[in-house]
Amino acid sequence: MMRVWLVVALSGAGTMLLKAAGPALLGRRRLPERVASILGLLGPALLSALVVTQVFGGATGLVLDHRSIGIAAAALALFLRLPVAVAVVAAAAATALGRIVL
Amino acid sequence: MRRARNGYAAGARAVIPLAVPIMVFGVSFGILARAAGMGALAPVLMSATTFAGSAQFAAASILGVGGGAAAAVAAALLLNARYAPIGLSVADVIAGRGWRRFLRSQLIVDESWAVASTPEGFDGRRLIGAGLLLYVVWVTGTTIGVLGGRALGDPERFGLDAAFPAIFLALLVPQIRTRRALAAAVAGAAIAASLTPFAPAGIPVVAATTAVLVGWRR
Repeated sequence: MMRVWLVVALSGAGTMLLKAAGPALLGRRRLPERVASILGLLGPALLSALVVTQVFGGATGLVLDHRSIGIAAAALALFLRLPVAVAVVAAAAATALGRIVL
Repeated sequence: MRRARNGYAAGARAVIPLAVPIMVFGVSFGILARAAGMGALAPVLMSATTFAGSAQFAAASILGVGGGAAAAVAAALLLNARYAPIGLSVADVIAGRGWRRFLRSQLIVDESWAVASTPEGFDGRRLIGAGLLLYVVWVTGTTIGVLGGRALGDPERFGLDAAFPAIFLALLVPQIRTRRALAAAVAGAAIAASLTPFAPAGIPVVAATTAVLVGWRR
């Protein structure tokens, strides 16, 4: 149980520091225009990386499984400009259905 | 009724569609952590302090297979390393100083950060509103999970593992407003995909932050 509490304490403290580092170091100073504009691209860069690792990430590298049916359904829903909640439910439902049928 | 785009309530409203999947994700973290031998209190405290889903899952599953504390902490921190650059990007819109500032910055998670991004730049109040709602949902979900979530069964049966990339995709789409943003998204995906077979979990996403360099040349 010591091991568990050590992990909870260190992962909590480390994550808190990671999250607080930027705001603490920079204060409310504005980044130079150029840097801010480049950091503005973090959103698209990180979110697409998260999509890729969560759809195709497996224990042994890239895998193609039922999650890809789900993300295709979500992409279709978003393309049709349906609400976000519909896209998320479509992804889960398509994946669950795929697991039953395929 | 006209609805303001900025402010705490607008931020909270923006993540309402994500609240149910995140709650279920919290429940499944509670179940998994309990099954991994973490007891009931530790997983809830972890959700309240680490407050980052993928890192918590990684740490709990390493503990569950008998891995060491160092490996579990390293995995969690690698997965959360992206919060350093993310924190830099919103530093100037996080209000307050000292402890208040520290606590506010704890509400930075992928989803609150993404909905705080508006065409006019980041909005600190949207981030706080969204982050607070997600915090309550996440900790509540974890508590339900450790106490009695076993009745739910295997979350993969409901395709929950595909709900998360769908959330990130839904957050990504409105952020692709320019050609540069599209280029950064494509580069980020390519970097993450090419590193996934070799690098430990977390590294591909951290490495994908270098995709912002496509914006170096104007």
